[in-house]
Amino acid sequence: MAVDIAFWILAAIAVVSAVAVVTLRDVFRAAIFLILCFFTTAGIFVTLNADFLAAMQVLVYIGAVAILLIFAILFTRDVQQGNPSNKLKVPAAIVGVVLLGVMVSSAVTFGWPESVYLPELADTADIGQRLFSENGYVVPVQIAGLMLLAAAIGAIVLMREK
Amino acid sequence: MSVGVEHYLVLSAILFVIGMFGALTKQNSVVILMCIELMLNAANIVLVAFSRFLVPGTVLIDGHVFVIFVMVVAAAEAAVGLAIIMALYRTRKTSDATEINLMKG
Repeated sequence: MAVDIAFWILAAIAVVSAVAVVTLRDVFRAAIFLILCFFTTAGIFVTLNADFLAAMQVLVYIGAVAILLIFAILFTRDVQQGNPSNKLKVPAAIVGVVLLGVMVSSAVTFGWPESVYLPELADTADIGQRLFSENGYVVPVQIAGLMLLAAAIGAIVLMREK
Repeated sequence: MSVGVEHYLVLSAILFVIGMFGALTKQNSVVILMCIELMLNAANIVLVAFSRFLVPGTVLIDGHVFVIFVMVVAAAEAAVGLAIIMALYRTRKTSDATEINLMKG
């Protein structure tokens, strides 16, 4: 099946680029691989019938978050220092492997319901109706807007010259 | 074997653990923020996968709505976090998280 092949390719690229984000010495290259990981996540959303979220992933994560990160890297980068690790490497690796084992074993052994046939496509109108319907998410939408405003003002205040 | 929900869960677990490892071990605070974004991405994959697979035949829209909220939070977090990092860099001339220890006991 085409979707299965697409999933395996995207998953492989996502994992490899995530490992590159953590291991690469050059911070700027790590950011480029982070963008690649965001792109493959958008592709994985497409394989899950979430077209609108894939577009949002590209617009918000790559268009805004990744560009902000690259600007911050360009302003604060220490070329000689690179991207070193601290002393927590071995304990963090142990915790990570244990956590991965627990999550993978529970995800594989639990009997998830099988849904082999394709569901109907959820488009933007469905998401909008769910967001703004009765007992929907009207108040959370307002709070999210307020939080974005507060974050924008907070960022400006933090960056202002004294 | 066709791809089911457990494949997406395992992929998301791998991405989450990689991001967690980076967030715990990296010294550069911008890289720590990048790893936190990786972890948020992994959580998004799980939300979308469950909304696709949990009820056969339909898509649970609530998972998509939650992903949108996570994206909003991630954008706000990136803006404020990077502003803090730049302000710290201007006063301390470093973005190394292990050297920013003014409040360490």
